[in-house]
Amino acid sequence: MTDKKEWPLWEVFIRSQHGLSHRHVGSLHAPDAEMAIMNARDVYTRRNEGVSIWVVRASDISASSPSEKGPLFDPANSKVYRHPTFYDIPEELGHM
Amino acid sequence: MYAQMVKTGVDHIQSKEEMSPEERAFQERVDADIKIEPKEWMPEAYRKTLIRQISQHAHSEIIGMQPEGNWITRAPTLERKAILLAKVQDEAGHGLYLYCAAETLGVSRDELLEQLNNGKAKYSSIFNYPTLTWADIGAIGWLVDGAAIMNQVPLQRCSYGPYSRAMIRICKEESFHQRQGYDALTKLAQGTPEQKQMAQDALNRWWWPSLMMFGPSDAESVHSAQSMRWKIKINSNDELRQKFVDQTVPQAEYLGLTVPDPDLKWNAERGHYDFGEINWDEFYQVIAGNGPCNRQRLRTRVKAYEEGQWVRDAADAYAAKKAARAKAKAA
Repeated sequence: MTDKKEWPLWEVFIRSQHGLSHRHVGSLHAPDAEMAIMNARDVYTRRNEGVSIWVVRASDISASSPSEKGPLFDPANSKVYRHPTFYDIPEELGHM
Repeated sequence: MYAQMVKTGVDHIQSKEEMSPEERAFQERVDADIKIEPKEWMPEAYRKTLIRQISQHAHSEIIGMQPEGNWITRAPTLERKAILLAKVQDEAGHGLYLYCAAETLGVSRDELLEQLNNGKAKYSSIFNYPTLTWADIGAIGWLVDGAAIMNQVPLQRCSYGPYSRAMIRICKEESFHQRQGYDALTKLAQGTPEQKQMAQDALNRWWWPSLMMFGPSDAESVHSAQSMRWKIKINSNDELRQKFVDQTVPQAEYLGLTVPDPDLKWNAERGHYDFGEINWDEFYQVIAGNGPCNRQRLRTRVKAYEEGQWVRDAADAYAAKKAARAKAKAA
């Protein structure tokens, strides 16, 4: 095909209506950020899915490694007292 | 079955005892419906089979734009034209979602496109049939997209996270495709006798190729068994085909059209329609590159790629110029 380098990969994040956070929706290739946003509009928001787009070069993202899943997330398992359901509140008090 | 007859590279299904500890742990996660994500360990055969399956699916979406694109400039009304444009644009989008999913398995976009353009990669047999009249556009939406939905809905639950997520997006959009097709065909079926004949003619030509989309019976296939074990295939080809026939026949009846199969009849005992023998010779011919439009489809694809080269070059040059300016300004 061409001897050109492949366009970089961009991860696309969309904020939907109703003030929710941007959410990862997928990725695409584009030569620069401006084109990445334009392409993201056509690929990921053809049906009013969003009111704002972020694009980030995939190579700029640091991710936790799947093999560290245990050490990273297990410590939270034993801390049930962080959940409101851990506590019994007398019924006669009503909602708390 | 936008991906047909995907090979897995295995010659038998491994028992738990034959598996390495890694393979066993992997299979147990799949069995427990835990999604496999890109950076996690996976058997090499799983990775390769998925690349084959997802890329075949992606190529089908891209080539699938051609038969319908054929009628964009000749759609009967401005509204139908806008609808068809939107649908063809969706197909491009579906191709892109799927290429992205394939890339998470370690294959590059350029490699995938190269395999499509040089004829090495396969795409669904259905897109090698011509669209001779406007009614064919209705028939494609109704039958071809209908058959695709049969397969894609269960694949939303497949074991590979990125593929499953792409399928969820695609299925959301696919329902519009089928409905607009049925709607276009309804208009013709309720129109003049000539229009109704056009709709019937389209059904006659697209019925059998649509049934072939599901691929030959795979009840005995080790590849299908392996893919089902990995949960990258959820139902057998025959199962999906039967489901499609059962769903589609009443829709044809509603239109007052006749399904072109003299052996088609309701089997009360089975609770399903019985249907006639499929011409698998034709299917294998189309797969081998000898369908009515194989060469034309590939030629058009390569031409579009080559004629788009200057656009890609311009975008590259612009990006480089902007980056250089930003650097100079920062210095």
